[in-house]
Amino acid sequence: GSWSRAMAQQAISEDDLLSFDATGNVTLVHITDIHAQLKPLYFREPSINLGVGEVTGLPPHVTGKDFLELYNIEPGTPHAYALTSEDFVSLARTYGMMGGLDRCATVIKSIRAERGDDNVLLLDGGDTWQGSYTSLKTEGADMVEVMNALKPDAMTGHWEFTYGADRVTELVDSLPFAFLGGNIYDAEWNEPAFEAYRIFDKGGVRVAVIGQAFPYTPIANPRWMFPNWSFGIREEDVVANVAAAREEGADVVVLLSHNGFDVDRKLASRVDGIDVILTGHTHDALPEPVIVNDTLVIASGSNGKFISRVDLDVRDGAVQGYKYKLIPIFSDVITPDAEVSALIDKVREPYEAELSRVLGKTDSLLYRRGNFNGTFDDLICDALISERDADIALSPGFRWGTSLLPGQSITVEDLHNATSMTYPSAYRSMMTGSTLKDIIEDVADNLFNTDPYYQQGGDMVRVGGMGYRINVHERMGSRISDMTLLKTGEPIEADKEYAVAGWASVNEGTEGPAIWDVVESYLAKNPVVQLKENTSVIVDA
Amino acid sequence: MASVKPRVKVPKSASAGEVITIKTLISHPMESGQRKDSDGNPIPRQIINKFTCEFNGQVVFSCDIEPAVSANPYLEFTAKVNEAGTFKFTWVDDDGSVYTEEKEIALN
Amino acid sequence: IGAVAGMRTSPALATAEDAMAKVKEFAGGAEPATGTITLNAPEIAENGNTVPVSVSVESPMTEDDYVESVAIFADGNPSPDVITFNFTPMSGEASATTRMRLAKTQNVIAVAKTSTGQVFMDKKEVKVTIGGCGG
Ligand SMILES: [Mn+2]
Ligand SMILES: [Mn+2]
Repeated sequence: GSWSRAMAQQAISEDDLLSFDATGNVTLVHITDIHAQLKPLYFREPSINLGVGEVTGLPPHVTGKDFLELYNIEPGTPHAYALTSEDFVSLARTYGMMGGLDRCATVIKSIRAERGDDNVLLLDGGDTWQGSYTSLKTEGADMVEVMNALKPDAMTGHWEFTYGADRVTELVDSLPFAFLGGNIYDAEWNEPAFEAYRIFDKGGVRVAVIGQAFPYTPIANPRWMFPNWSFGIREEDVVANVAAAREEGADVVVLLSHNGFDVDRKLASRVDGIDVILTGHTHDALPEPVIVNDTLVIASGSNGKFISRVDLDVRDGAVQGYKYKLIPIFSDVITPDAEVSALIDKVREPYEAELSRVLGKTDSLLYRRGNFNGTFDDLICDALISERDADIALSPGFRWGTSLLPGQSITVEDLHNATSMTYPSAYRSMMTGSTLKDIIEDVADNLFNTDPYYQQGGDMVRVGGMGYRINVHERMGSRISDMTLLKTGEPIEADKEYAVAGWASVNEGTEGPAIWDVVESYLAKNPVVQLKENTSVIVDA
Repeated sequence: MASVKPRVKVPKSASAGEVITIKTLISHPMESGQRKDSDGNPIPRQIINKFTCEFNGQVVFSCDIEPAVSANPYLEFTAKVNEAGTFKFTWVDDDGSVYTEEKEIALN
Repeated sequence: IGAVAGMRTSPALATAEDAMAKVKEFAGGAEPATGTITLNAPEIAENGNTVPVSVSVESPMTEDDYVESVAIFADGNPSPDVITFNFTPMSGEASATTRMRLAKTQNVIAVAKTSTGQVFMDKKEVKVTIGGCGG
């Protein structure tokens, strides 16, 4: 509201946000994991983001007060609000919403104006086309249209692929810039399926941008939607592409990556010759680069909340120096770009009535992000148990999904921001206790395997109706214990069958109503959401 | 088996002494012998068990294949080309069938 | 999250000991050395029914010194045997790729034997997962 706008404007100014101690001759601008969020939003950063093995306690596995201390940020400041979950509700009321692609456009245009168009590269890390009602209805066309107005130089992808191979090909062919993915292969003949890298002449230097799509797209998402494409980390191909780009005269090599932070940190430690990794997928926002083996690893957050600016001083074929700033996009402080605002209004216009239809109201903060249950998932799990008459509910640990403050209405748009996808069926099936244990152990190993190359970068599957204990430092098969059916307090029995409802199955032919219909129907009967603190998962970290 | 169809990718030409990459695919279910039918009876093993690539009559590469190899076996390997000539590819089925394919290569 | 993992019949699976016995037999008494051979396979299988595996062995590939064969084994399938690649000096390089079945998470092992009697081995764990979550 206007009060928060006044507060935000008092605390910060557009000039502060844009001010930059410019250096060198080339500027990289990075935005990633927008998840189709065109408009300003609330997005609560995680309060729990555990690292295991060698990265225990290292960024980005630092949250809350520890994060503020590590980066010397005063509690209660705009940066504390943007980067942590500390005091989130009160600071959200003070500093307002963040993001909005029209605000991002203002920042990007300002950087281009300052540095000169020919010295700036805008790079989109992917997860751009999915995550909203309008992106689902237009199969990504709304995002393509608005992003084109920002004039990116290249992008890579992950959730993009969930529109299916035909649609992805159609959209990629339409792009006026490069869609890069050196790790995507034709699954039949084992040949590159996408352009691996492109070299740009910027600021008098040759900048190679190598694209790295999410390696586990066919595992984390339905493979049947793009059966002829194979992904993978393919470290040997990254090595080969770095060498090929250098051979072609690249002065700077940038990896535009959707690997996730820990995978990129390991990759940087093993592959020489990459100057900058612009990382994505794990949605981390870090105010400083992590430097590994002379490579800057840069994490630019998600949902349009941040834009990264990296100035590089490139001379004699090498990077001699850099300056970096993670620019938080305070929606009430940064003036929206009029052209992009109009475009956003245009793509949303056919859907406005439905987007703003109110389904209920929340008295509790609704959010998802974090290693274990977020309150938005608790709402989804409650709806699944109630509407599908189940004992136990499973909801995927996605890192996308916006937040709602206590007192806000829940609209169709809000619900889709937490559920929008092309495989939304809410299944109900009977599972034995041992199958449930296998599933939870499997997901835990995808998150907490000590070798980052074996991690998939989501969060733990959210569970309703069942409690458990997890030791994240154990091995696969030994992390989960004390599984308990909450409604009886009885231990889950290995051979006993339970009615389980869930959604977003990667299996073809999964049947059931769309998850948003399940939640809408639940909200019709329970229009005011009040959630207690979820204590059903006990974490030994 | 009537539906078995080999496909091969070989460059049309190479320089003398060049090492080229050859890719082959053959449509085949590779029935492992580990599966049971709906009545619970074991389905007998039937796989491609041997592959050979010859160049102008000389063996370049071969392999012995077990049931762990996937359906529609894919093989990618290299060959050093010193002269123009003909590659001959041979797949041997458990049932005794032999499937062949040939590709010419010229010298640049 | 996969709704339910695909139900497959579960024959008795080989063990790490079974696979190492095969390696020993193939090596013919020589102790396999590390290095020289590289086995490439994905860390996590996209589809356990068709997992790409590649091997390459550094070798001059001359009449006097070449890689004769590379065998691939897996230590968690119904049988450890997968494939044996037989090379000749006309192969030019000792490298090959195929696609294999993996019944569950397990180690894939590649062993190379050269014409001069050297034996090299490499190993990689490939995870077979239920899949389904993401960022
Ligand atoms: Mn994402
Ligand atoms: Mn992602």
